[in-house]
Amino acid sequence: MTGLIQSSLHPLAAAAMLIPLKPRAASSIAQGVDNLYFALTVITLFFTILIFSTIFFFMIKYRRRSPDEIPADTGEHLGLELTWTIVPTLITVFIFIWGSSLYFENSRPPEAATEIFVVGKQWMWHIQHPEGVREINELHVPVNTPISITMTSDDVIHDFYIPAFRVKKDAVPGRYTSLWFQATKIGTYHIFCGQYCGADHAEMIGWVYVMSGTDYAAWLSGGARNESMAQTGERLFNQLGCVTCHVADGTGRGPSLVGLYGKPEKLGDGSTRVVDETLIRQAIVNSNSIPLPNYPPIMPSFQGQVNEEQVLQLIAYVKSLGAEERKTNGK
Amino acid sequence: MSTTVIAEPPGHEVPAGSRVNYLNANYGVKSWLFTTDHKRIALLYLGSITLMFFVGGFFAVMMRLHLIEPQGALVAPETYNKLFTMHGVIMVFFFLVPSIPATLGNFLVPMMIGARDLAFPRLNLLSWYIYIIGAAFTLYAVISGGVDTGWTFYTPYSSTFSHTSVIPTALGVFITGFSSILTGLNFVVTIHKMRAPGLTWFRLPLFIWAMYATSIIFILGTPVIAITLFLLFLERVMHIGIFDPAIGGDPILFQHLFWFYSHPAVYIMILPGMGVMSELITCFSRKRIFGYSFVAFSSLAIAIISFLVWGHHMFVTGQSIYAGLIFSVLSFLVAIPSAVKVFNWTATLYKGSISYDAPMLYALGFIGLFTMGGLTGLFLASLATDVHLNGTYFIVAHFHYIMVGGAVMAYLGGIHFWWPKITGRLYPDGWARFAALVIFVGFNLTFFPQFMLGYLGMPRRYAVYPSEFQVLNVMSSAGASILGIGYLIPLIYLLWSIRYGPVAGPNPWRAKGLEWQTPSPPPTENFEEIPIVTEDAYDYAGVTGVGRG
Repeated sequence: MTGLIQSSLHPLAAAAMLIPLKPRAASSIAQGVDNLYFALTVITLFFTILIFSTIFFFMIKYRRRSPDEIPADTGEHLGLELTWTIVPTLITVFIFIWGSSLYFENSRPPEAATEIFVVGKQWMWHIQHPEGVREINELHVPVNTPISITMTSDDVIHDFYIPAFRVKKDAVPGRYTSLWFQATKIGTYHIFCGQYCGADHAEMIGWVYVMSGTDYAAWLSGGARNESMAQTGERLFNQLGCVTCHVADGTGRGPSLVGLYGKPEKLGDGSTRVVDETLIRQAIVNSNSIPLPNYPPIMPSFQGQVNEEQVLQLIAYVKSLGAEERKTNGK
Repeated sequence: MSTTVIAEPPGHEVPAGSRVNYLNANYGVKSWLFTTDHKRIALLYLGSITLMFFVGGFFAVMMRLHLIEPQGALVAPETYNKLFTMHGVIMVFFFLVPSIPATLGNFLVPMMIGARDLAFPRLNLLSWYIYIIGAAFTLYAVISGGVDTGWTFYTPYSSTFSHTSVIPTALGVFITGFSSILTGLNFVVTIHKMRAPGLTWFRLPLFIWAMYATSIIFILGTPVIAITLFLLFLERVMHIGIFDPAIGGDPILFQHLFWFYSHPAVYIMILPGMGVMSELITCFSRKRIFGYSFVAFSSLAIAIISFLVWGHHMFVTGQSIYAGLIFSVLSFLVAIPSAVKVFNWTATLYKGSISYDAPMLYALGFIGLFTMGGLTGLFLASLATDVHLNGTYFIVAHFHYIMVGGAVMAYLGGIHFWWPKITGRLYPDGWARFAALVIFVGFNLTFFPQFMLGYLGMPRRYAVYPSEFQVLNVMSSAGASILGIGYLIPLIYLLWSIRYGPVAGPNPWRAKGLEWQTPSPPPTENFEEIPIVTEDAYDYAGVTGVGRG
């Protein structure tokens, strides 16, 4: 029956009857964001209707009846002024607390999140899984598993946006940003670039494939995968000659990197920095900007010799050295 | 109740045209290009920004036509990117920022405070020339192939990657900024030093308070955008590494600097509109404004808080969570003074004598659209929802409700209100009301679907888009064509009225305010004798019958 009605309409008109009022919701945080959106919509409608109907009521009730009519002055009313200052303030404080606490919760990835790496590049998304699988403009993830995305950009600022998950973060050249999500529904969802990035900005789109755990495992083991990200990183580490100075037992011309990841390190200028992705990246592209107390500044810059994906592989390797160390310590 | 001691409007029974006024005092191109009369400079601005408005509007119509089809109906993506960039640059920097201050402000600030001109008449002319030079640079950029960075010029795209005319455009905006600064200075000095005897601060029309608040932002904010664009210029020409991460720069720094000006600039665009609103609502309900001091101080509160909210444009850049919290709470705070104004305007109508002349229809349209624009701002001030909506069509809809639904509606309302004063002629009221209605309908049809598009996740600045977004895009494009026609109608009848409109007389609306106490069009020196003010603004209860013409 609806099919009959629609077929008699212009296709656009038929499509208009199918406009969804809300985007698909397929992540653990989507419902929370939608609830807040709904509350804000109610507040907006309430005040818009309040103002509109008051205006229309006054316009009719107090319409000018003769050209010489002069209404009496109604004076001021401090109580009213305070009411419509304080009530909106309270409403905004309430919304602020709601929106902020939700954001706070949504910003912290769970401990056990699987890390996936994304590099934005005019005009595509390069994605690497720790197991070594690489994809372009496609992201395969298992359902009901927390996934953390660490990203950067090779050129301009991009923005990794998955509307169905209600998540978005800029991919900024020269630094790492991150977001996380836990997909709750198997399906295929848009990835958009949410920050204007040049000629084909609108083509910088892709798909997230949310799969069941078993399908995901099958997908990971299929394909031409030969080594994990950390293994690729290790190969690079040897090829680039990093290994000649960064000797594991600490006897080289550079510091040993074993167990370094995640530890606070005292630098030559007296400051202390935790060894994280950003610091390792900085050491690779511009080591002289990190003064070390016991080592001369002899490390060359690898900027231009390694691309952002390779930097991420090197970081994965350094991280894996840390993990081994912690494992041994734990035993 | 009226105890005004104001010189009897000289010669108001003499038909316009035979009396010497600022329009017929002298003739010829030179008499306009070298004028220091604030009223003539206002008209020079009016002509220039109207031209820019229709150039920017043409780009908008092209964009909306292109987006009728998901794969793009009209132009290549590169061209589309130039269209939205030039639309934004021209509308923001060359129309909205100067719109009300440079035209109505220039014309009315001296007249409303009972002065013969602004404090620095030659500086005023200079600011118009600076505007023209800036506009020429930008139009040159348009002709020489356009620019594709977006009006926000984000680095490192604008500094390193774009191959378009970034430098002429940025220079154009840089130069035009100085005309804003000079206008702001001129207004502040004029309002401080040249008020008529008896015109105390709390007797000033609220339009003057709004101009004063706007001028403060002009003076404090505009130098920052000038510096920012200068740094962009240096970066692009000399690669000095301020914004380029490859040589140690920080691309996000640009966004901090840019929004430190450009968020207050939003209030440069809307505060003058709020000032116009207070004049229109009072005149057409014949009531004193409800809560004068609350409306006045809310303008200053907006001007001050507006400098502290820039970070809400950067919630998803990786900015720290705690910085996000602070910018979020301040952004909510800046909404309060705007809400106070809306409530006070509505309350002013209570027990008034409301007429539905065209300016009033624009004013009522403003209140409705501005209310929606303001409330949808809460979605973006709130961190959790901003993450989803940032960078989508929701943003586009939100700021067009403020900038077009608010600022342009107020501008048109103001033009219609003071047109009889400026030209001495009346326009056909029926056509004017019809145009207001067409604009209101066209506007909502254009931009309401964009809220839905944004929530559904369609990013802005997309030359092509997935086909599930097509219906809403077609609705928006249909609205844009109605809106375009709506803007052309006033252009036609207003031009027509200059020659053929009935003579207006000094005060066709029976409005209060010093500008209505002098003939239309006013004489070059505005007032034969400087008036002495003994009453509050909008003292309608004491108004005496001053007939039409």
